[in-house]
Amino acid sequence: MSSHHDTQDGPGSPPRDARRRFIGRGLGLAGAAASLPFAARAAAPPGAVERPVPADPAKVPGYPLEDESYGARSQFETEVRQRYKTATPLSSWTFTPLQDSLGIVTPSGLFFERSHAGTAVIDPRRHTLFVHGLVARPRKYAMRDLKRFPSISRLLFLECSGNGLTEWSKPTMPTVQGTHGLTSTAEWTGVPLSTILNEVGVRSNAKWLLAEGDDAAAMTRSIPIEKAMKDCILAYGQNGEALRPEQGYPLRLLVPGYEGNMNIKWLRRLEISDAPFMTREETSKYTDIRPDGKAVQFSFEMEAKSVITAPSGGMSIEPGFHEITGIAWSGRGTIRRVDVSVDGGSTWREAALQQPALPICHTRFRIPWQWDGRGTPVLQSRCVDDTGYVQPTLGQIIALRGLNGPIGSVYHLNAIQSWQVASDGKVTNVHHY
Amino acid sequence: MSTTTERVRLAAAAVAVLLAGCAASQRNDASVIAPATTYDFGRPATPIELARFFSPLPDGRGLPKGSGTVAQGKRLYEAQCLACHGDNLQGGLGDRLIGGRGTLVNGDPTKAPVKTVESYWPYATTLFDYIKRAMPLTAPDSLSDDEVYALCAYILSRADVIAADATMDARSLAAVRMPNRDGFIPDPRPENFPPVSQTQHRK
Repeated sequence: MSSHHDTQDGPGSPPRDARRRFIGRGLGLAGAAASLPFAARAAAPPGAVERPVPADPAKVPGYPLEDESYGARSQFETEVRQRYKTATPLSSWTFTPLQDSLGIVTPSGLFFERSHAGTAVIDPRRHTLFVHGLVARPRKYAMRDLKRFPSISRLLFLECSGNGLTEWSKPTMPTVQGTHGLTSTAEWTGVPLSTILNEVGVRSNAKWLLAEGDDAAAMTRSIPIEKAMKDCILAYGQNGEALRPEQGYPLRLLVPGYEGNMNIKWLRRLEISDAPFMTREETSKYTDIRPDGKAVQFSFEMEAKSVITAPSGGMSIEPGFHEITGIAWSGRGTIRRVDVSVDGGSTWREAALQQPALPICHTRFRIPWQWDGRGTPVLQSRCVDDTGYVQPTLGQIIALRGLNGPIGSVYHLNAIQSWQVASDGKVTNVHHY
Repeated sequence: MSTTTERVRLAAAAVAVLLAGCAASQRNDASVIAPATTYDFGRPATPIELARFFSPLPDGRGLPKGSGTVAQGKRLYEAQCLACHGDNLQGGLGDRLIGGRGTLVNGDPTKAPVKTVESYWPYATTLFDYIKRAMPLTAPDSLSDDEVYALCAYILSRADVIAADATMDARSLAAVRMPNRDGFIPDPRPENFPPVSQTQHRK
């Protein structure tokens, strides 16, 4: 290492001869890469960059730091959102890969999507939020206006009320991504909606607030004014940066604990009224029809629910030690307890909850398990929130709501999930209640 | 309010004098003075700016002027809607629009209820609102108010909810009584589930 003393090599620079080798090697690789077919070069998973892999990463310099960059994940990490194959990809949804989830925060690139007319592309410099109706002072806000207000940040889960809709009558989706992947958690930043409502002066006869999106569906939902004043957020931030386009960039409404579709994306308008607007999404969709023909309307809250994310459907395990882990959440409050069963609900053990367990937020639970390789264990989790609500079995839900057709009530399925481990260690989605 | 604000300001000043030794901390303490009750950011929204928006209520408030007939709606449907909703309104890429009455009461786990405008939608005003804002899928918000009234008339006529020679406007549309008007109930949750031992089991 004589070049260690060479003044031309500053601290952190590779020795000159090593650098010469690196350049030569780099050129050689560039040439090799150029000769590779396009498909091979594009082999990196979405969100990653394919890079040459040295035999020993300690023997060659890594790739240089860029002056300006936006980070990419490792080329070895392959989990992706998966779209449910609806007739059109304009009105569709994608599932978060919960089987690979760690902790409670969902990476923005893996946050589930549900859009009714594609992902809108909006220039924030031209975006305006109008607030009008039963107010003293109708106003409009540019994004720069909204960002001047005192802001708050809060970790909140969002769940589509259709999460698990395929699972009412029989186990259908093979993995937890398909059975439960329409829930995600992010840290959201924005303005309390109550701040804006105070600005415009809501009239005393106001009862409801219409939120409208600036997408091609002009998605609309009516929200009770009490909820709007209580804890809703006009969010422009997600996980420390601006919202992702598919999450409503530049502005979305957050209605903590309420079904996902009410958290209107690409928010452009709030109209205050004395009655609900009875939009398509709160009458013909997102209502829960029962066998007697009556449909439950304005079923806002996402009730307490939990699921084991590992081991889970599609995995294969060996006898020996396993940490059983998963997530629990409640739209009504904080998860107080999660019990885990490995015998299909005959006996339960209390799992450890990762702290802090936050209200209306994914809560990670974990419990050690030693599988002796015998039998076919059925793994289940059951949560309790701070209202005392206990996550029901599918049998309990069906006893009250019935099964109306092969899909059932469609929305608001929060039953205990079962994963069965076969004698060969393969884990599958089963009904066991 | 101003008295409270004044008290906060005086308290903040007192704290600043007592605790602060340097100018920097005095600046910090100044920031705790109570904010204005209104910030007055943004600008007034004018009636002209708000005129592009529409959100009818079930009683007809918010419906625009204009009208359309069943016959006009039939021509429009064939040109604008048929490709997705079918030549007999039976659905395809888009939702089925008519039929299904009597299928909502259904305890059959193998047979789904048929939810259409005719069988399920409780308010005709919703039809105007949804067509106007979101249809056709590839050209939303492109139909005139007259055209939307005409399409409402055609669909409701084919659903046997209004007469074949009807005209729809703000008054007549709000007066339509949909077959499933009373089909919705408030949220009964949280539910009192029966004990697991008293429910059906599957293993």
